[in-house]
Amino acid sequence: MSHLDALPPWAAILVAVLVLLGALFAFVGSLGLLRLKNFYQRVHAPTLGTTLGTFFMLAASITCFSVLHGRPIFYEILIGVFLTLTTPITLMLLVRAALYRDREEGSADVPQASPQE
Amino acid sequence: MSHDLLRIAIVAAQLLLLAAMSFSIVRMVRGPRAQDRVLALDALYVNAMILLLTVGIRSGSMLYVEAGLIIALLGFAGTVALSKFLMRGQVIE
Repeated sequence: MSHLDALPPWAAILVAVLVLLGALFAFVGSLGLLRLKNFYQRVHAPTLGTTLGTFFMLAASITCFSVLHGRPIFYEILIGVFLTLTTPITLMLLVRAALYRDREEGSADVPQASPQE
Repeated sequence: MSHDLLRIAIVAAQLLLLAAMSFSIVRMVRGPRAQDRVLALDALYVNAMILLLTVGIRSGSMLYVEAGLIIALLGFAGTVALSKFLMRGQVIE
């Protein structure tokens, strides 16, 4: 007997589905990071894990602890808010750095800087 | 019955996340360039945070959520510092 047995069946099935969905999205995101061809394609893949992956996992965690403690617990939303705020900032910084480095090397794969920039 | 389903689902999710983390590590080792490695580090810490949340659900302790929050915070700072370094060649100007 553990704390998980205290969950009613509907909550157990809901948490199971949410956990699996979250892990699946994170897995597909990392698979894309491994498989895609160049950096500018690869940058898109892990965001699947940071948005939908964390969303489903946080929903599972909120459901599980709210049902276990018998009161609504929204503490996990902090992680969601924080990741939603920071992921675009980090990726924009990273892609701008990569673009700058590619242009410095005169790479033919990226467009050159337009005059007004 | 549904509780066995939940246990199997949590273990399966942890295995999937471990595979995702190993994919990120492979990308970090293979490169080919520095920005790919930084991107792989970013994906790695997010996957580690999601894995900690599943461990928290499995053990029934809210402490793992706080650990996940700290991982998200430090990972953000690390990725920003590394991107800044790639751009300028130094972190603090």
